[in-house]
Amino acid sequence: MLKVVHYINQFFANVGGEEMAHIPAELREGNVGPGLAFQQAFGDEAQIVATIVCGDSYFNENMEEAQKTIINMVKELQPDLFIAGPAFNAGRYGVACGTIAKAVKDQLNIPVLIGMYKENPGADMFKTSLYVVSTKNSAAGMRDAVKKMAPLALKLAKGEKIGASSEEGYMPNGIRKNFFDTERGSKRAVKMLLNKLVDKEFETEFPMPDFDRVAPNPAVKDITKAKIALVTSGGIVPKGNPDHIESSSASKYGKYDIDGVMDLTEATYETAHGGYDPVYANLDPDRVLPVDILREFEKQGKIGSLHRYFYTTVGNGTAVKSAKAFAAKFAQELKADGVDAVILTST
Amino acid sequence: MCTIVPISLTVGANRIVPTIAIPHPLGNPSLTLEEERDIRRNLVGRALRALETEVTEQTVFEK
Repeated sequence: MLKVVHYINQFFANVGGEEMAHIPAELREGNVGPGLAFQQAFGDEAQIVATIVCGDSYFNENMEEAQKTIINMVKELQPDLFIAGPAFNAGRYGVACGTIAKAVKDQLNIPVLIGMYKENPGADMFKTSLYVVSTKNSAAGMRDAVKKMAPLALKLAKGEKIGASSEEGYMPNGIRKNFFDTERGSKRAVKMLLNKLVDKEFETEFPMPDFDRVAPNPAVKDITKAKIALVTSGGIVPKGNPDHIESSSASKYGKYDIDGVMDLTEATYETAHGGYDPVYANLDPDRVLPVDILREFEKQGKIGSLHRYFYTTVGNGTAVKSAKAFAAKFAQELKADGVDAVILTST
Repeated sequence: MCTIVPISLTVGANRIVPTIAIPHPLGNPSLTLEEERDIRRNLVGRALRALETEVTEQTVFEK
């Protein structure tokens, strides 16, 4: 029987949420959490012999050490396959899954499979170097994810030939697979055009690369004269979150007046973010949005001034499309207000 | 300013200052208030230097 090792985070192992995200990697025998569904899908073809559980914050903050520990665990077990996730739209979890899976593949030469939502930052980072199965954006999509991942996992473990991304369910990795289509090219092209003309869905056979890059802005000439604005995805809001910015998948941003505010305190500000342990940010919100230091710099003439408003949202599972729309809107305001530079803090 | 630099690189930030930890990027609750402010002062100072620096590609300001 094929041997499988599964990697999951503290949340899916039922250890806890963000308050337990700091736990180092530990090895458990057999399957844990989502591993049960995988085990059922594998039937008697493969067995999850062990599950590695690691906190998302721990992994991302101690990448080298975490990788070393986990690689040693996997090496000892000598599995036929290493599977991580699915991470859905959890950013740190996705990055952890991809990082550790790539290390297992590169260092131990063991086939690996991971799964996550297409907008998870881990997807862009790893889809060209690993098989990354495209999943839904939340754990509600677990069944669907297992259904796609389990068969591909078995194929990889057996060393079978892997088909095109559209057949196997992994994210396109830039490698072309030749096959004979039932319809010839001219017919497919005309069909596509007809669909496009009536606003129907069609799938291009030649997608353009998706490079979301902007040219760097020129340097600020004299920072001591510059008006600096603060923007954050760390969810800092006035106490009570007056605009009800959601703790995840934010649909809006806030704009708040900090005229005369010298320091963000526990009594006046807090974080609305639901994707990290909020204790430290709530005790002293300057730990995420450094108003205190910028006021100090303003007084000392190290900057021209701190802009009167800060802009904030929660960058937790928030759609890229929403985030782009927020920034497109408030960037215009920042420009109109004569802001010279922005410091964006994220968690 | 961010803790997980690979994410900032993926989303296309051009001037990146690495920070302390996910729940407290610009602080460290295990230090005294003054020591914490020193860290924050240093990081915000680095962000200002980054803004004053011409870059032609994505750049991580480690120091």
